[in-house]
Amino acid sequence: MAQLTIVELKQLSSQIRRDILRMVHACKSGHPGGSLGCADYFAALYFGVLNHNIDFKMNGIGEDVFFLSNGHISPVFYSTLARAGYFPIAELSTFRRLNSRLQGHPTTHEHLPGIRIASGSLGQGVSVACGAALSKKLNGDKGLVQVLMGDGEIQEGQNWEAFMFAAHQKIDNLIVTIDFNGQQIDGSTQAVMGIGNDIEAKMLSFGWEVLHMDGHNFESILSTMKQAKALCGNGKPIFIMMKTEMGYPVDFMMGSHKWHGVAPNDQELEKALAQLPETLGDY
Amino acid sequence: MKKFEIQNVKDTRSGFGAGLSILGKENPKVVALCADLTGSLKMDAFQKAHPERFFQAGIAEANMMGVAAGLTIGGWIPFTGTFANFSTGRVYDQIRQSIAYSHKNVKICASHAGLTLGEDGATHQILEDIGLMKMLPGMTVINPCDYNQTLAATIAIAKHEGPVYLRFGRPAVPNFTEENQTFEIGKALLLNEGKDVSIFATGHLVWKAIQAGEKLAEMGIDAEIINIHTIKPLDEEAILKSVAKTRCVVSAEEHQMNGGLGDSIAQLLARKMPTPMEMVAVNDSFGESGTPDDLMKKYGLEAENIVAAVQAVLSRK
Repeated sequence: MAQLTIVELKQLSSQIRRDILRMVHACKSGHPGGSLGCADYFAALYFGVLNHNIDFKMNGIGEDVFFLSNGHISPVFYSTLARAGYFPIAELSTFRRLNSRLQGHPTTHEHLPGIRIASGSLGQGVSVACGAALSKKLNGDKGLVQVLMGDGEIQEGQNWEAFMFAAHQKIDNLIVTIDFNGQQIDGSTQAVMGIGNDIEAKMLSFGWEVLHMDGHNFESILSTMKQAKALCGNGKPIFIMMKTEMGYPVDFMMGSHKWHGVAPNDQELEKALAQLPETLGDY
Repeated sequence: MKKFEIQNVKDTRSGFGAGLSILGKENPKVVALCADLTGSLKMDAFQKAHPERFFQAGIAEANMMGVAAGLTIGGWIPFTGTFANFSTGRVYDQIRQSIAYSHKNVKICASHAGLTLGEDGATHQILEDIGLMKMLPGMTVINPCDYNQTLAATIAIAKHEGPVYLRFGRPAVPNFTEENQTFEIGKALLLNEGKDVSIFATGHLVWKAIQAGEKLAEMGIDAEIINIHTIKPLDEEAILKSVAKTRCVVSAEEHQMNGGLGDSIAQLLARKMPTPMEMVAVNDSFGESGTPDDLMKKYGLEAENIVAAVQAVLSRK
């Protein structure tokens, strides 16, 4: 897939954000906050980082494969996959409707191209990615495995099992990005269950490489991903702490956990869309 | 009553280990994972012969299930090994989402199932695992009866596309089924033809059912004995065919009555052929420490309990 310029990526992420809001508004449910926050990451990932094929094959042999661990931000995942060409953009209108392939949380059950694992129940994506990365090693496949997880999600114990396992098994074809937006359903991550200001120290002590990036700056995302790829093959898994803001860049959605799992009403949608140029045509 | 010859006395987990070793040689896509119980699961031979295809997961079963799911992406066939308790209840959500709902070709191999784990007691003696696993859409559930059958089942599940739960045990038990048998998933095995009662047994209770059949024969009762090694998918045709003839049923298993083999058969009969039925199983209770034999006696899973159940069901016929 051709890589986009920064200008094109900005246009794309604006359109993805419009898709997210319109999808969530249309079915009056879903998770806009984290989806908006990760739109730039997804745009960069699928249009500038991953070596992937839109002619979807579950095995992903010879490709980079991506797993979304925090499955509730499915709107951003679906919009990105559709905009990349995995399935018709018009299908976004079926999100969370009966008989749709676009379930509330991503699943392989409905055979939606681009999805390789069900996620939604949190904390399982890094384990699955470890397995997929080992699979690539056994196959002599040079493709990489990428994961996105939430920061609240790190409270799930299984992640720490996976972090231990990945370092022990020297899984060095794995890049895990954490969406560090500091919010979860019940409030800020620090208020709900202090995950600490020292996630970096924790990950370093677990034997991972740790990088940082600004999830709302394409130059930062692309250069950090380039650095992460260069670090692969050195015996260590790679962890990227991505700073984002939930709800970004919609002014009334940012800076709060309120929009984690709430759909905008008609007026709120209009107000939000006014801040996001329609660049590639709404679905 | 047909005579069954005991070839030797062996643990079913060793049948699994031997089957896995054969798979290691014959199927290059088979990989194995174990959560710090390699010796208990008899996976050491595979580990030694194929270190590149063996992954030690440590005491972290949830992660092991996720890693197994991921390994299928790229074409590998993962066999996970730990105790039945840690293969099911501990990791139910991981199996549900990452394996069953995601249609991943993972073989969940579970040893030390049921009371016969023995002295470790109820924390480790899971009696709910068949129920937990059979409730998951698309999950195949298998509980072979002896060493030879466990070995054959282990080989068979590698050829089956889809998630499988394979349940076996710790103690040495009579090994009486055919060596080098072909194992057909979902196919009930008629062990003894009879006309008075159908006894459907699974796992360690199959041998007890044979012992019961011998005692019943001495009493002039002609029991049909069927080994249901696959609880899901259930061989409905074989069960209905037998019950149409005998008109009464006893099920026998080392599991809770709720959710076990008897529960599956009762559902089938209620829908298709209502029939008097008794169940030999653990009745809504946890186990406890003790020798396997003492536990099977105390919790009513012996041949004489099957005989008593047959007498009870015959009186209701």
